[in-house]
Amino acid sequence: MSVRTPLPHDSAPLHVTGRARYVDDIPTPATCLHLAFGMAQIAHGRITSMDLDAVRSAQGVVQVIAGSDLDEIPDCSPSAEDEPLLSDGTIHYLGQPVFLVAATSHLAARRAVTLAKITYEEATPLLTIDAALEANSRFEDGPRVYEKGDVDQALSSAAHVIEGRIEMGGQEHFYLEGQAAMAMPQDNGDMIVHSSTQHPTEIQHKVAHALHLPMNGVRVETRRMGGGFGGKESQGNHLAIACALIAHRTGLPAKMRYDRDDDFMITGKRHDFRIDYRVGVNDEGRIAGAEFTQMTRCGWALDLSLPVADRAMLHADNAYHLPAARITSHRLRTHTQSATAFRGFGGPQGVVGIERVMDHIAHALGLDPLQVRQRNYYDDAFGAGVAQGGLSAPPGPPEDISGTKKAGTAHKLSSGTGASKRFGGAHSPEPMAGGAQTTPYHMEVTDFLLNGLTEKLATDCDYAARKAAIAEWNAGQPVLKKGIALTPVKFGISFTLTHLNQAGALVHVYADGSVHMNHGGTEMGQGLNQKVAQVAADRFGISPDMVKITATDTGKVPNTSATAASSGSDLNGMAVKAACDTIRDRMAEYLATEHQVKPHQVRFADGMVHVGAEEIPFAEAANRVYMGRVSLSATGYYKTPDIEWDRIAGRGRPFFYFAQGAACSEVVIDTLTGENRILRTDILHDAGSSLNPAIDIGQIEGGFVQGAGWLTTEELVWDETGRLRTHAPSTYKIPACSDRPRIFNVALWDAPNPAETIYRSKAVGEPPLMLGISVWSALADAVSACGPNYPDLQAPATAEAVLAAVARARG
Amino acid sequence: MTDTVRFHLNGQPVEVPAPPPTRTLLDWLREDMGLTGTKEGCNEGDCGACTIIVTDENGPRAMNGCILFLPQIDGKAVRTVEGISGPDGRMHPIQQAMVDLHGSQCGFCTPGIVASLAVAHLKGATDYDDVLAGNLCRCTGYAPIIRAAEAAASHEVPEWMLEDARLVGDPAAAPQNHPPYAPTSADELAEWYLANPDAVLIAGATDVGLWVTKALRHLDPVAFLSGCDDLKQITSTEDEIRFGAMVSFTDMMPVIAPLHPSLDEMLRRFSSVQVRNAATVGGNIANGSPIGDSPPALIALEATLHLRKGEARRSLPLEEFFLDYGKQDRETGEFVEAVSIPRQTDRLRCYKLSKRFDQDISAVCGCLNITVENGTVTAARIAYGGMAGIPKRATNVEAALIGQAWTEATVREAMARYGDDFTPMSDMRASAHYRLTTAANMLMRYFHEDQGVATNVLEVSA
Repeated sequence: MSVRTPLPHDSAPLHVTGRARYVDDIPTPATCLHLAFGMAQIAHGRITSMDLDAVRSAQGVVQVIAGSDLDEIPDCSPSAEDEPLLSDGTIHYLGQPVFLVAATSHLAARRAVTLAKITYEEATPLLTIDAALEANSRFEDGPRVYEKGDVDQALSSAAHVIEGRIEMGGQEHFYLEGQAAMAMPQDNGDMIVHSSTQHPTEIQHKVAHALHLPMNGVRVETRRMGGGFGGKESQGNHLAIACALIAHRTGLPAKMRYDRDDDFMITGKRHDFRIDYRVGVNDEGRIAGAEFTQMTRCGWALDLSLPVADRAMLHADNAYHLPAARITSHRLRTHTQSATAFRGFGGPQGVVGIERVMDHIAHALGLDPLQVRQRNYYDDAFGAGVAQGGLSAPPGPPEDISGTKKAGTAHKLSSGTGASKRFGGAHSPEPMAGGAQTTPYHMEVTDFLLNGLTEKLATDCDYAARKAAIAEWNAGQPVLKKGIALTPVKFGISFTLTHLNQAGALVHVYADGSVHMNHGGTEMGQGLNQKVAQVAADRFGISPDMVKITATDTGKVPNTSATAASSGSDLNGMAVKAACDTIRDRMAEYLATEHQVKPHQVRFADGMVHVGAEEIPFAEAANRVYMGRVSLSATGYYKTPDIEWDRIAGRGRPFFYFAQGAACSEVVIDTLTGENRILRTDILHDAGSSLNPAIDIGQIEGGFVQGAGWLTTEELVWDETGRLRTHAPSTYKIPACSDRPRIFNVALWDAPNPAETIYRSKAVGEPPLMLGISVWSALADAVSACGPNYPDLQAPATAEAVLAAVARARG
Repeated sequence: MTDTVRFHLNGQPVEVPAPPPTRTLLDWLREDMGLTGTKEGCNEGDCGACTIIVTDENGPRAMNGCILFLPQIDGKAVRTVEGISGPDGRMHPIQQAMVDLHGSQCGFCTPGIVASLAVAHLKGATDYDDVLAGNLCRCTGYAPIIRAAEAAASHEVPEWMLEDARLVGDPAAAPQNHPPYAPTSADELAEWYLANPDAVLIAGATDVGLWVTKALRHLDPVAFLSGCDDLKQITSTEDEIRFGAMVSFTDMMPVIAPLHPSLDEMLRRFSSVQVRNAATVGGNIANGSPIGDSPPALIALEATLHLRKGEARRSLPLEEFFLDYGKQDRETGEFVEAVSIPRQTDRLRCYKLSKRFDQDISAVCGCLNITVENGTVTAARIAYGGMAGIPKRATNVEAALIGQAWTEATVREAMARYGDDFTPMSDMRASAHYRLTTAANMLMRYFHEDQGVATNVLEVSA
């Protein structure tokens, strides 16, 4: 059985030998042109003159295009047609592309860009949340509000009301491979595009639109990305469109990759947030009602900001049952890079908001923060025995793991609306006796498992004893202080734009038994192809090395969704399974007839096809079926069942299920400088029945460190003119090797997903990022050891922010 | 004399006829040779995706190919990720362990990581946090990479990894001639620079490299000093240690370590292995940066700078070299020949404060050298980087200490004087307030450390 096996990433041998090809490594004809953008040097205003003569006459320059040279400036937006490829004369942010240079080399194009002479009429840029609020500069007419229960009543009658504000910075993706694309013009006017993108269909759509071609005139291929993290969901559009435009105009191949500094200046980052909160609690720290006001800088264009801000609202509860809640969200338009998708997609910001509240409640009431968290958890869905047994056997084998039932045939989509209605169908967790608790968006939480998981993690990592030992250690230390925190994550799985929850696959079995697999997902390092190949191998009962993984190609699988929202394996795994099962059923039927047995007596295992008493090698079986004139090629299709969501009303069941986990981190701070280290982290994370435990643990380790980086050293700084001052790894500091926890234990909560997912696994791409919050919370705990006052630690908790909090704690 | 650059690439001799002098090794590998295994991640020597192995008479070293100009590798042997696999395609033990233990995810940083780990493997280095400080990975969180490195450590070094040392040791492979802009001695340089005083002198190119790759400046004329072996000398006498300007930080560290361990640790954090292998003591002084980390330490150690112009030489206390932001006491045609520090009892502590611990530019770099005799401060040399337009001594603070009892009260008095010495600025690294606060707190840290109180977060465990 190939699923659940910790096989290495399929490309690992290519990675380590340097043979893995990324877009910039694809051999190109000598005639290939290389592109670079000239960028605006002010944050807001108008171009009054643009002298590009020196650019045009620079060595190696073949073509220079400004917005005014185009009859119609192609649009690059994934959402609102508000992102012209080149400025139309108005400048919306410092770094906005204003002209495009095509030259004979990358260096020649970059050098030529520096020769432009541009003058501007400057206007005052809106750079901050306060400035945007004051100017009422926002997307959508007003704030979105999700509400449940009577929050005002809950607050007014609460024993304690705790309020505060948390500001959290954004985050640069810093994918190691910068944005890149290449366009190859075809003889009939069609265009082939290689793009480092999480969303080939979007690239296809935007390039077709720019060239006035139907979508069938553009084919996009993506073999792999050198990291994506959400930063290549929409931000690659500009490069692909620019390449296609130049290729179309010149008839020559065109390639573009951003220099790292340009990448920082042009592309969007994680949304920074300010969250104001008011919560009413009883003496035990139990929340009766909570009010959150989330404000985010979306930057200059819409991009994906609405669903990002929605997801922040949808995670304002994280793991906690809020009997009454009001969540208000302001999506502010500012003259900065257009903030975009980043692993977690707003979820982490929402979660930081309520994790901060938990710490604040604990501080105010003198309680252990973990106790406050546990008291406010949703109820576990399953009996305590099951929850505790999560690491051992699942409660009976889930159906349809080895069965021949076709996916997608038994979906019972429910209809109707209303808070009392349960949206789950046949594929969803069973209803809970006595009714389930609901989220602030009125979805029943029927698969919660963090009570048991937290209990196990706290026991395994010896939380209570270490907490006491730390207090004792701190008492004897004048300069250094330690802190510890255990924080959970509950993350909703599904695109909140419901129609995106679909996927396609194309599978061929060749007459020699080798398998060619293709699906709509893209590989950015997360091991999607490996996991899905393991599914395909399992369906045919063959070794995974018989399954050829191929580049994502809009010519093979059309109309795909971005590889995003942690959905890659869930969606594409199911689509590939469906395609494999179609072929398998055809093979079984043919061989059954040949051997005069029933089709269900044909089994695929161990590289053999077992037909009645006979064992036929898979390759021979494939050849027999081919000789029998039966198609060995099939498409597969999947759509997530049982989801329904009204994003305006804030009601429904946006998520198929929740992925969960928890982390306990211990840190030390220096109260003279604010410098700090992560001493130890223990993680227990729920990946369902993991398709590949090695790959899933890799996602958890990497996601944790990335989340910890976001909340500690990764600080984006814009100056008062709107210029991003942290624009390269010299000034923007992602975690280095020594920043990982000294002791780092990661384990999987290995229980099958009650929702009917591919082999009962769970999505694992985004949720672990939020485990990094444990570091930030532990830092706040360490600061609290410095004095009696609330430290009010902000994010990122740079050494400077920690020192400021130490001063506040001391008062 | 020709300006052909000759070296060995993955064991094979190559000649590059007349390359533009600032053509980077990385661009040449990828664009001219089609060796695309080595990646460009940042083009400024900070991410390590371009790491390759350069072997010369000092042995193999990991270096950043993106800020290494072709003339700098003349006569050396270069090994890229393609050559770290065996000639028959066999994987290096590091490569195999990276596969088996899931050390790659997106794979883009991987070739650079493999190169850094292959050098460590060859040299038996196991301090992986340091080995990999200059290799950023955004996917894995580093843990599986360390597991791979540890698993491969006990495996034998493949024989093909020993080839480069033999090649550079072979006199037949030595450079036959040098490009005209690469003098072979300080004398040659002195004469040439007098005639070409507008030239840019290139030592390790860890700073000048960015003038080319980021500022896109056209540098002409340039001189590469890597052939000046006499500038790479370290001379120890009973009274002092003298470092030639071309001594790399990698070569400086083992000399400093037994004398001033705190400076050694600061130099470790100063930059990555790749940068320390290229960057020079002279370059870090001559570029006049207000945030270079070695000048404050050297000033605190009472270093003397040795300058040369033609045949004329002069020496001055290092702090006097730095006149103002971007302005040094260096005449036209004059260059840094060496820096020397007097032997002394070790009382130096270097405190480097940056957003990230390793391989980050300091927000504040405080170097304190305080002598206490019989409970009284008898001497104090305290210098800071990041607090002014130049590396600068805290003379008012020093004065507040000297002659006083070495007590917390004295330290608090002196801490109040930092505002007299410094008016730091706010930027993306830190606010002025934070700089001034922490600069003063560093004196308290020094005092605490002297009293045996735990002050170092790096020395604490869970």
